[in-house]
Amino acid sequence: MKLVTAIIKPHKLEDVKDALKEAGITGMTVDEVKGFGRQGGKTEIYRGAEYVVDLLPKVRVEAIVPDELADQVAEIIVVSARTGKIGDGKVWITTVDKLIRIRTGELGEDAV
Amino acid sequence: MKGFLVIDTGDTAWMLISTGLVLFMTPGLAFFYGGMVRAKNVLGMLMQNFFAMGLMAIIWVTIAFSLAFGNFGDGGFIGNLDFAWMHNINATTGNEAFALTIPFVLFCAYQMTFAVITPALITGATADRFKFKAYGIFIALWLVLVYAPVAHWVFGGGWLAKLGALDFAGGAVVHINAGAAALAVILVLGKRRGWPREGMHPHNLPFTLLGTGILWFGWFGFNAGSALAANGIAATAVMNTFLAASAGMIGWLLFERIKDGKPTTLGAASGAVAGLVAITPCAGYVGGMAPIIIGLIAGVLCVFAIQLKFKFGYDDSLDVIGVHLVGGLIGALLLGFFADAAVNPAVKNQGLFTGGDAKLLWFQFVASAVTLVFSFTVSFIIAKVIDKLIGLRITEEDEFEGMDLSQHAESAYSFGSTGSMDRI
Repeated sequence: MKLVTAIIKPHKLEDVKDALKEAGITGMTVDEVKGFGRQGGKTEIYRGAEYVVDLLPKVRVEAIVPDELADQVAEIIVVSARTGKIGDGKVWITTVDKLIRIRTGELGEDAV
Repeated sequence: MKGFLVIDTGDTAWMLISTGLVLFMTPGLAFFYGGMVRAKNVLGMLMQNFFAMGLMAIIWVTIAFSLAFGNFGDGGFIGNLDFAWMHNINATTGNEAFALTIPFVLFCAYQMTFAVITPALITGATADRFKFKAYGIFIALWLVLVYAPVAHWVFGGGWLAKLGALDFAGGAVVHINAGAAALAVILVLGKRRGWPREGMHPHNLPFTLLGTGILWFGWFGFNAGSALAANGIAATAVMNTFLAASAGMIGWLLFERIKDGKPTTLGAASGAVAGLVAITPCAGYVGGMAPIIIGLIAGVLCVFAIQLKFKFGYDDSLDVIGVHLVGGLIGALLLGFFADAAVNPAVKNQGLFTGGDAKLLWFQFVASAVTLVFSFTVSFIIAKVIDKLIGLRITEEDEFEGMDLSQHAESAYSFGSTGSMDRI
């Protein structure tokens, strides 16, 4: 099994979710995160005092998939999350050693 | 006039309303300030303002009102104890010496709302680090030792009033007074840890704008109520108050737009308050387009005044000095240019632009300077003494944790359902 993790722009979440559903992916976990990359921050001004907000809001999407689907899922995310502008994010794939479904105790790919 | 003045029902009705309007300014101020602090300090800020409504009211009727308004019109420095402990404060008559057409108890209640908000103004400068216990002791002593005498000099017919200085609703008594005290206290307190390097930006600007709206609304009672009657002077004060706030907002925003590139909501709120502060001493003494000029000047100059703290390195956290002290000075001095006897016969010396000489401007300068120096000096001494005895400031750990938890064992916001709280 592989864990596919993507950091994407928050407004692309719906597109990514829909594309993954269409490809038959049965589950994913999403959280709101902050970070910085090449995009840089935004400036805020309060009574003349300027602040650079260097951590920007992003969304992290995680899905565990069978080995043979991992590349395809990553590709779906890359296509559906792309705006072509700086700050689109990244996708990476890591190996999952063990997976257990809590309800049934199923193991490995049965638990995906 | 001999004997007691007859109570006028119209005047009384207006002053009853004004008392409520001015009292409402203190919660307004609480939210104005509360929105500007970080989320971990918002309850501490609201509490210090609300607490003033409790403590100041009791000290006011116990002794401070009498020290401010006893010996009315004596041209002196302090009142007496004639009205202490609610003595001689009745509801059935006005007071002859005061030429009041409202019940004397209403006059006392109206002035009480000023005594509540003036020390509360200081909390904006001392934000996030003033120990609650020390704050309570400070404002109690300050009301008696600083506010009461200054109110006597100006509102109580004391020496500044006799001199010929004008202050319609408290440019010196409220704003210069509170601003100078704020400067003194923060010099004893020191800076917030991390200031000015760390970002300490407002956690809830909608609160600040809500507070500004409440302040603007309440200010009609503050300024027009200071006519102590429902008459043409009160009506003029309403118009002046409105226009100065509007012009203050426009002035601040225009300048901010040029200087920083964007007009901000905090700038709109700050400009309106700067205009309101500046018109306070002038409200019932000027007319025509004067309030617009006064508001514009205050709005623009205060944008610069709030930058001074970075230059000189004092942590006036929410710009009490930059807006209230400087705005109060601007208003007090501009009255020396715009005061007009045609608006209010109480103006004995016309302003420079209304056909007079520089006499009034000089009186305004003296009144402002004396109030500033007196308030700063006595406030500094009170703060130093409290600091020596019990400590003025919260600990580093408490400051990191925030005022809400460290001073009041509460947190303002509880979002999300993870994490749990068990009864102990």
